[in-house]
Amino acid sequence: MKRALFLALFAVLFALPVALVTARLAHADASLPAAVEDQNGPEHIANPALEARAVALQKQFRCLVCEGESLDESNADLAKDLRRLIRARILAGDSDKQITDYLVSRYGDFILMKPPLQGNTYLLWFGPLLVLLIAGAVAGWVVVKARARNREATG
Amino acid sequence: MTGEIGQLALCLALVLSLIQAGAGIAGARPDAARARAVASGAALGFFVFVMLAFGVLVYASVVSDFSLLNIWQNSSTDKPLLYKLTGVWGDHEGSMLLWISVLAVYTLAIVFAKRGGERLTSASLGVQGLLAFAFVLFILFTSNPFLRIDPAPFQGQGLNPLLQDPGLALHPPMLYIGYVGLSAAFSYAAAALITMQADADWARAARPFILAAWIALTLGITLGSWWAYYELGWGGFWFWDPVENASLMPWLLATALLHSALATERTGAFRTWTLLLAIGGFSLSLIGTFLVRSGVLSSVHSFASDPRRGMFILLMLVAAIGSALALFAWRAPKLQEGAAFEPVSKETTFLINNVFLVAACATVFIGTIYPLALDAYNGTKISVGPPFFAITFAPLFVALMILVPFGPQLGWRRGNLREAVQTLMPAMGLAAVAGVIVFAVARPFSLAAAGAFVLAFWVIGASVLDIWRRGRGKFRALPLSAYASALAHAGLGITLLGIVGTTVWKSEMITVLKPGQSANVGGYTLRLDKVVDVQGPNYIAQRAVIDVFSGGEMIATMNPEKRMFPRMGQTVSDTAIRTTGFEDLYLALGDQRGTGWTVRAYANPLAPFIWFGGLFMALGGFASLWTRLRVKARAPSANTVPAE
Repeated sequence: MKRALFLALFAVLFALPVALVTARLAHADASLPAAVEDQNGPEHIANPALEARAVALQKQFRCLVCEGESLDESNADLAKDLRRLIRARILAGDSDKQITDYLVSRYGDFILMKPPLQGNTYLLWFGPLLVLLIAGAVAGWVVVKARARNREATG
Repeated sequence: MTGEIGQLALCLALVLSLIQAGAGIAGARPDAARARAVASGAALGFFVFVMLAFGVLVYASVVSDFSLLNIWQNSSTDKPLLYKLTGVWGDHEGSMLLWISVLAVYTLAIVFAKRGGERLTSASLGVQGLLAFAFVLFILFTSNPFLRIDPAPFQGQGLNPLLQDPGLALHPPMLYIGYVGLSAAFSYAAAALITMQADADWARAARPFILAAWIALTLGITLGSWWAYYELGWGGFWFWDPVENASLMPWLLATALLHSALATERTGAFRTWTLLLAIGGFSLSLIGTFLVRSGVLSSVHSFASDPRRGMFILLMLVAAIGSALALFAWRAPKLQEGAAFEPVSKETTFLINNVFLVAACATVFIGTIYPLALDAYNGTKISVGPPFFAITFAPLFVALMILVPFGPQLGWRRGNLREAVQTLMPAMGLAAVAGVIVFAVARPFSLAAAGAFVLAFWVIGASVLDIWRRGRGKFRALPLSAYASALAHAGLGITLLGIVGTTVWKSEMITVLKPGQSANVGGYTLRLDKVVDVQGPNYIAQRAVIDVFSGGEMIATMNPEKRMFPRMGQTVSDTAIRTTGFEDLYLALGDQRGTGWTVRAYANPLAPFIWFGGLFMALGGFASLWTRLRVKARAPSANTVPAE
């Protein structure tokens, strides 16, 4: 059983670089679109439904200049500008997806609080699941073994 | 002169740690009584000199000795005495000195506990000595707090104002007691592999250290979360910030280890697994230290980061983890794995507990490391924010909490599932009622919140039932340890209630108020009375006077402040929080806008439960630890196995 455990461990260790390389191959370099001029919207939209959309959106993007805060929480100037940009776009009639695509095209995946599921993030999204499956399988094995040992001992 | 005393003490401590390491490991042989005596003596000496060095730094900070570079950079004469004391570990050098001071205390505890027999104790001291050596070397070469400047400046530069807070007085020491406590577990694990003694006695020796570490980590994380809540000014309590994750990962593994080691102690099960967890737990402490101190991350915590330090910690990390895992790979297969139990038993629940906790830890680990690794690999920058953890981490904890109540109800080796389910029936009923009430009454409507309430009351109800079942008619006679798991598990449920309450039912309001104007948040009406200037000991503050009304009556006056620390040129908000125990009203003062002021207000239902839950968990740990220490005092022979 220990040998199998170590084999599994090594398999994971080897799978890691392979996956990274694959991820790199799968991830074609997207050229950045031409810069778009800034759009200044209001800090607050009077229509509550639209404002709620803006607040929901700004929670999904991170502040690009501070660590770990969303646009919703940040006090940085850039975050303020982006909050206004989101509102300008909403008022211009863009859908949430259009706004998201627009921000990602300008600032890259970095701006997304929730990383997208794509070639270079499969390991991120499925790694925890993999660990759960491996750990679960090992635990199942241990239980089977322990049961056999217990039956043997008690007859 | 004092600085040189500190320097000399550290140098002597370095030599002593090396002696302790050599003699300790040599003392693992059966006939090496003299080496064992030398190791104990060296450990005692190490303790004395490290304490001397730490005392010197505290003294220098209190008397504002700016001829020490470290004191000049992080202190000033106008800083209140409390922060002169706690500021000692507010910076990198001082916090590393605190780290080895805690290490010295644990080492001394290993000497005096003498658990698990002489050879095991000696080998543990040896490994502990190696760790101490590495850390003292690290301090002397990259983080020396006793460096001088000449001429000594007249005034210091002051401490980061965010860190001038009572929460900071306790948060880092608590975390360090946790991290370093895991080093004791690590040392015991390595010692078990050296002496090939990984039996129930070993687990009994290591478990108090694991417990102490776990309690301290629990309290440290709770304090850190509380500090972030009231200090950062927007009402969040957990940000999945890499630095927070660095403390959460060891906690998750320590929780797994706590259970696994209990099984090893009681039935001899999971021996090698417990060893591996002990090694893993401390490895994550080191990785956390690396992340925080190396500057690969930048946040409030990585003050004064320096690539040389990162390199040194990385080397230490590779050496410690690598050699421990090599030792494990070499020796562990020779250990007898004696687990014999039925699929329905306490052991199985512990095993599943470990599976989920390890997977949860892996989730946090991957979420923290992946963006760094991807960036290092090909420069791609991605962010892994709270949504990622909500999707991957939360389901694991849901599964874990469904399982939690069964553990205490099932017996070792063979449990009775039907009996357990019957016992737990009332808890299921309570959970269902709570879920239905939330579903029907609480607004805004949230299915997730109803589900979370079911889970939380399932766990809390089961804990109450557990105490009731064990103690019926004889509560006085019930040992403290009977409360341990019930308290800790209930704490988990209480924290969940708090998290759900604040996340789902929080009301927030951000507006500009002129004096005399009012605004509403939650069930409260806030009226800005005025904003006054206040002179603090080392800051100037603008203090808002806000009257709070509820149901037409004035219930409080609250004073959120904006503090400007001229020496550091930094402004921090000092929030005002009014709590009923069930709900927080949280106010923060923002920038001035014309004649008005930006006021941010949050009504956070159940927020205090988050930290109450943490306290309950820690209390559970204390109950277990206390019983364990008492048992030791009554029965000094470590070889008698208590009846189960």
